[in-house]
Amino acid sequence: MKKFIGFVKKEFFHIYRDKRSLFILFGMPIAQILLFGFAITNEINHVDIAILDQSNDVTTKEIINNIAASKHFNIVDVLQDETAIETVFKKGKIKAVLQFENMFAKNITKEAQANVQILTDATDPNMANTISNYITSILKKQQQDINNGAFTPYQIIPQSRMVYNAELKSVYMFVPGVMTVILMLVSAMMTSISITREKEQGTMEILLVSPLKPYQVIAGKVFPYIFLSVINAMAIVLLSIFVFKVPVNGSLFFLALESVLFIITSLVLGILISTIAATQQTAMMISLMGLMLPTILLSGFIFPISSMPLPLQAISNIIPAKWFIVIVKGIMLKGIGLGFLLKETLILLAMTLIYLGISVKKYKIRLE
Amino acid sequence: MEITVANISKSYNTVTALKDISFGVETGELFGLIGPDGAGKTTLFRILTTLLTPDNGVATVSGFDVVTNYKAIRNSVGYMPGRFSLYQDLTVEENLNFFATIFGTTIDANYDLVKDIYVQIEPFKNRRAGKLSGGMKQKLALSCALIHKPKVLFLDEPTTGVDPVSRKEFWDMLKRLQNKGMTILVSTPYMDEAALCDRIALIQDGRILEINTPKAITEHFPKPLYNIRANNMYLLITSLQKYQHTHSVFPFGEYVHYTDKRNTPDKTALSQYLKHLGLTEITIEKTKPTIEDSFMELAKK
Repeated sequence: MKKFIGFVKKEFFHIYRDKRSLFILFGMPIAQILLFGFAITNEINHVDIAILDQSNDVTTKEIINNIAASKHFNIVDVLQDETAIETVFKKGKIKAVLQFENMFAKNITKEAQANVQILTDATDPNMANTISNYITSILKKQQQDINNGAFTPYQIIPQSRMVYNAELKSVYMFVPGVMTVILMLVSAMMTSISITREKEQGTMEILLVSPLKPYQVIAGKVFPYIFLSVINAMAIVLLSIFVFKVPVNGSLFFLALESVLFIITSLVLGILISTIAATQQTAMMISLMGLMLPTILLSGFIFPISSMPLPLQAISNIIPAKWFIVIVKGIMLKGIGLGFLLKETLILLAMTLIYLGISVKKYKIRLE
Repeated sequence: MEITVANISKSYNTVTALKDISFGVETGELFGLIGPDGAGKTTLFRILTTLLTPDNGVATVSGFDVVTNYKAIRNSVGYMPGRFSLYQDLTVEENLNFFATIFGTTIDANYDLVKDIYVQIEPFKNRRAGKLSGGMKQKLALSCALIHKPKVLFLDEPTTGVDPVSRKEFWDMLKRLQNKGMTILVSTPYMDEAALCDRIALIQDGRILEINTPKAITEHFPKPLYNIRANNMYLLITSLQKYQHTHSVFPFGEYVHYTDKRNTPDKTALSQYLKHLGLTEITIEKTKPTIEDSFMELAKK
């Protein structure tokens, strides 16, 4: 036990004295969560659009006013003819143009049908899609107002309700994702680097020729990072609750337990990497390319797994982050407990044990 | 016998590091492995400290087999690798404390053992190990290797890159440790340090050239050896190399060490030959061979 404490103390000295790892440990998580929370968002706010109103009547004015009144759009230009459309798109500032046909109001009342065209700059397809949806919904509302009181036979009225994230805040989606990425980064990369550093600096040679057993070395290496990662996880949860107002509908204690499980999974992955990599550089590259990229791209953090091609969907199953994100979203947003998350928890547990088994088998008790 | 090595061989892929090495080290002996870089010294150390397994042969340390009983060896030996292998970001005291702790002891418990060495670095005990000078680093490394009172001490090139004064101090310490009953296996590329060992093994290209006391090795030098000096060192060496009776020529400080193919060389004829080539201030005198001469002679074969 004394040996273990001595080893852990030494590890804390390493972490505390290396400014770079201190920064990765504590600067990165906070920077990332703030960055993802504030800067990177799927919502559209204050998008610049232009209007081409060939009708210029009461109804179009009303629609334009409604659009201008919403916080999503800024009407920055009023175009005179169709040739101007391409010019404003090419300039790039304007993301959408709303074009009303001639005699819009008259067509509605006389023909019961009037046309309005939404042109969007689809160089950013997601954005174009979202803009188009937003404008459509404003137009729909307008139509209801016009129809108000009038009898319209046979109509379907969709009533959509966004459950668990009624305002469609993207921060709800980023918090679990960022938490996963950060815990993965801190746990896996930092442990693999700290073990390979011993190899690189030759100190592993002395540790091997000592009474320390391999499991004591590994436990001593891993313990400080469990501790620090738990602090990190707590910081992220607190930030998301108080800064971004993300609710934690489920049990905080359960969330903490699941986080510790995921931290251990990541640490074991770090140990596994360190048994393969000989230098800190390699360990870092493997952690970044082999763990971080799949964690960000294939875990469902940013891109929905259901819309991936089948082979990638299959690969996503072996990524621990995928299961942890499901767990975190479940606890924080849906407020569900172990009963609903048993499968995910067991998968993470199984992965941890498998990786641990491989690491123990691959751990070198000699230099070759 | 504290250390026995029997027919040990080791290769890395195609490179053979050790070829059929055998020797033994008595308990309480200060045994030196003398050889140039790449001779296989570090490989041998790593086999004896259980870090590598030999391809062939058997080795034991304190009666324990290096392959099957490696854990017992790891508990009882002190090892100082050739490369400085302490934690550079930990202070002198923290390093020593750490190694004491992982060996299940404390600095206080074995302070008398490391005292002689540690007092010299104690004024810097709050300095990071990475910021120490070469000599002090080695003293700290030795302290760390000693702190658990090992029965056998393995020191791989402990004085490489250390200044002459510190080197002398270092060897004085090894002598004192030996007097306390420790068995010490030390390697060095410096031939002058060989004379300080009880017995030495001259090693080159993974083979042992000779094992004996330093005195016996120099006494076995087969030919009379001469110190030759002249005004132009370079010309002297090239001239001697061309001389028909030359057996060996090595620069040695301000002299050239020369041996003749004949058992009684003709000094006057040699002097004439050198004068003829334009050299002046020529002195030729008989001298005693050193370990280095013996090594060069043995390595020639």
